[in-house]
Amino acid sequence: MAMRSPSIRLAPSLAACALAGCTGTGVQDVLAPAGPQAARIAAWFWFSFALAVAVFVAFAAILFWGLFRAHRRHLRGEDTELPDKHGNRLVIWGGVVIPTVILLALLVFSAYTDRMISRLGRGPGEKPLTIEVVGEQFWWQVRYLDPEHPHREFITANEIHVPAGRPVRLLLKSRDVIHSFWVPNLNGKQDLVPGRTNDLVVQVDDPGTYRGQCAEFCGVQHAKMAMLVVAHPPREFDAWWESQLRPHAPPSDPEAARGEEVFMTNGCGTCHSIRGTLAKGTVAPDLSHFGSRRTVAAGTLPNTKGHLGGWIADPQAIKPGNRMPPVPLKGEELRALVSYLHSLK
Amino acid sequence: MSTLDPALGTGKLADDTAQLDEVWSSPPGLYGWLTEVNHRRIGRRYIATGFALFLLAGLEALAIRTQLAVPENDALGPEIYRQVFTMHGATMMFLFAVPIMIGVGIYLVPLMIGTRDMALPRLNAFGYWIYLIGAITLYTAFILGVAPNSGWFNYPPLSRREHELSIGIDVWVVVVVLLEVAALVGAVGLIVTILKQRAPGMSLNRMPVFVWSILVMGFMIVFAMPTLMTTTIFLGMDRMVGAHFFDPAGMGDPLLWQHMFWYFGHPEVYIMFVPGLGMVSMVIATMCRRPVFGYTAVVLSLVATGVLSFGLWVHHMYATGLPRLGTSMFTAASMLVTIPTAVQFFCWTATLWGSRPRFTVALHYVLGFLLIFLIGGITGVQLGAVPFDLQVHDTYFVVAHFHYVLLGGVVFPLFAGIYYWFPKVTGRMMSEPLGKVSFWMMFLGVHAAFWPQHHLGFMGMPRRVYTYLPEMGWTQLNLLSTVGAFTIATGVGVTVVNLLVSARRGSPAGNDPWRAESLEWATSSPPQRYNFRFIPTVRSRAPLWDADWNEQPLVVGLRDDQREALSTSILDARPDHRAILPGPTLVPFFAALAASVPVVGVLFGLHWVPIGGALFFIAISAWNRPHHLPHRMEEESGREHRLAEQEREREEERQ
Repeated sequence: MAMRSPSIRLAPSLAACALAGCTGTGVQDVLAPAGPQAARIAAWFWFSFALAVAVFVAFAAILFWGLFRAHRRHLRGEDTELPDKHGNRLVIWGGVVIPTVILLALLVFSAYTDRMISRLGRGPGEKPLTIEVVGEQFWWQVRYLDPEHPHREFITANEIHVPAGRPVRLLLKSRDVIHSFWVPNLNGKQDLVPGRTNDLVVQVDDPGTYRGQCAEFCGVQHAKMAMLVVAHPPREFDAWWESQLRPHAPPSDPEAARGEEVFMTNGCGTCHSIRGTLAKGTVAPDLSHFGSRRTVAAGTLPNTKGHLGGWIADPQAIKPGNRMPPVPLKGEELRALVSYLHSLK
Repeated sequence: MSTLDPALGTGKLADDTAQLDEVWSSPPGLYGWLTEVNHRRIGRRYIATGFALFLLAGLEALAIRTQLAVPENDALGPEIYRQVFTMHGATMMFLFAVPIMIGVGIYLVPLMIGTRDMALPRLNAFGYWIYLIGAITLYTAFILGVAPNSGWFNYPPLSRREHELSIGIDVWVVVVVLLEVAALVGAVGLIVTILKQRAPGMSLNRMPVFVWSILVMGFMIVFAMPTLMTTTIFLGMDRMVGAHFFDPAGMGDPLLWQHMFWYFGHPEVYIMFVPGLGMVSMVIATMCRRPVFGYTAVVLSLVATGVLSFGLWVHHMYATGLPRLGTSMFTAASMLVTIPTAVQFFCWTATLWGSRPRFTVALHYVLGFLLIFLIGGITGVQLGAVPFDLQVHDTYFVVAHFHYVLLGGVVFPLFAGIYYWFPKVTGRMMSEPLGKVSFWMMFLGVHAAFWPQHHLGFMGMPRRVYTYLPEMGWTQLNLLSTVGAFTIATGVGVTVVNLLVSARRGSPAGNDPWRAESLEWATSSPPQRYNFRFIPTVRSRAPLWDADWNEQPLVVGLRDDQREALSTSILDARPDHRAILPGPTLVPFFAALAASVPVVGVLFGLHWVPIGGALFFIAISAWNRPHHLPHRMEEESGREHRLAEQEREREEERQ
């Protein structure tokens, strides 16, 4: 398939990510922890890495030193046969005793790490913020839960906003196939399995933006199913929540008003929903407050007018095999629609 | 008598050799090709077919690496890419590694245990035909553009019909069922041959380590493959007749698949490299000119590896949300399997220490195996730990890990085996200088290709993605990995050239060019069609190195007017009876065709199942018509097992 995807640049959001404190060499770095759990796992890794280097160097040294010595003894005409006593000692120490000690150390440290990670946000009386994440081909639905005030719940997509410094419990579900939720800087991954609810607790140390990606092969566009975790200072997070609950206001700008008309008359609302309008579709990302999102197409493109227009005009060119149908629009309609979606802040 | 074959040079016995030749030959031409049941012919076919598929899977790997060399590449595109990586995985796992190990076993085991053919020659041929039909089916689908596309692991619900309409998944189901049949049949043949046809005196504790490794592999196949067969049939029923095994909406569970698949899939990895470990032991012993240190420890380690490998499948499933305590148990089990491997590593080290090895190409590959496999083993221990696994599971770290394990544990020992046994198979030596060039390219290529992938995993690159963004910072390492992959491919290419040239122009090898210890080197190179004119007897683990090897008694009295092998007792290989083996026959070929009609037929309609079933019934009836039944020992010819008597007397004297 020689479909040329448009040049995809995430520079703005990733630059923001870098400024906000993603460190290390990559933007999704296991060894650049931004939360207590990733930090513990990284510590375990460095411990096991030190042991691994020691084991490899020791074995290679034993092997080649022994070969060299045998060769030298042979040149001197001595018998190179290794006495059974020495050989047995080598096998028992090298093959059984030392590996057992090393493995026990790794096992204990691993169990301890696992326990510390699992404990976060699950203590008695702790009430972590709970967010439900539903995996879809090929995007993420995010539902903010508030069991005591159900009217304060809402749905977004592809961006998970959390308060920094506080454990967040993610309830993980899938509506179609198995996906896997993974933000390497924060914690290990957890699968979203149809018919089950898994959970994963994460905590972000500092405000910032962290990229995550689906880790279980989920179909043709598995590669482009990313999401951002945006950590706010706690007070800012409450304000963000309030802003999400603000009702839909009819656009004041005439182009955006025209765009709303395009949205409603072209059937967009059968799949997408915008709270406060007649658009109530549930099979595609919720677009309420879409204008404030950083990316389109699940982390694939930065949310600029150009990229959004390109996505609506021909979604299959950007993510071949995704579920969004092409929407034939005139240039004027497309521009209006883009303005409208961007006005949904 | 100084040769193994006391018949040489005497007129009467020379006639017998001519008669043996005739009895063991097969008809000329295509008919002979289709009716062939001889173990060395079948083994060679397995090896050649498996190697060809290895090269194809290698080309697929190059396509994958080309697509990933630079970000946002559209060399393949997402739909073709997912077919190609599925084909690469499925070919390497199902069509190359297991069949070629079975093939090497089928070729070598009867020679190593001193018998004339496999115990069940027709079943052997049947297995090969089924395997070939499976391979052809899969690649036909690939050429038609409908290859399976959900990964060689094929997790439902993605592989269920509501998500994947393509016939590719059905093809995968069909092919896997065929290959399971082939592997089971091959394993059963090997197990029976090893347990019942060893040369007199070759008690279990005198068997060559490679034969032990094949025996362990055989039992692992017997225990693992039926699980895979059941679960693939479940998936086929989900797709073809609307069952709900893996559908949560119909009270099914997608995790059922993962448990069953990995209950097979983890041992599968060990099924592939246990024979590799056996080959390594043989090569080390020969190149060091001394038996492997700690035979008992090595053999027990092989058995322990086989047993333990069944207890740790859940480490493929940590991320699926299973209870924490259970997963910790599997961490312990995953780490425990390291111990038998470590024991073998140090037994080989002790062997190398206590000798002055000949640094042939075969030994180069063995040393390469030790270093590469060690790295893969270490990352394997790390992956056993739940928290770390949850970070790097399904990333390129895992890709790096299992390529170190499989290239180290399967491909390098296999290449050691190729350079080691080529003289026996062809009667000619392979070029050592070319072999060293090939080895170094492959050795350096492995590190260039797969070392960077550990880092890519840490940098958050998931597996099975067809592209990535330049901003992810993965570009340089991916490019390096691609360069490494092409280096490996060039190294493999050098060996292919070496094989082709040496088969015609290599210097003549003689019977025993390496002065090795085991029985396959006691016959001519290449061996006669009947392997041994007289079956040798064995008094030690390294019969050819015994000072009185040439004075040891031989089994005479096997008939030369029909195919016959000596059957011995399971534990201590005392002569038991003579088994009459079948000669060339079309039955296995037809039975394989008939058996594949219902299996492949479901792709075109369920009505093929009863039709194929009926055809198979006919084929199997022909197979079992009384004429073909091997019978037990008869005494009508007036010959007796002279040797067996001698051996028994000798044993009694000793006691």
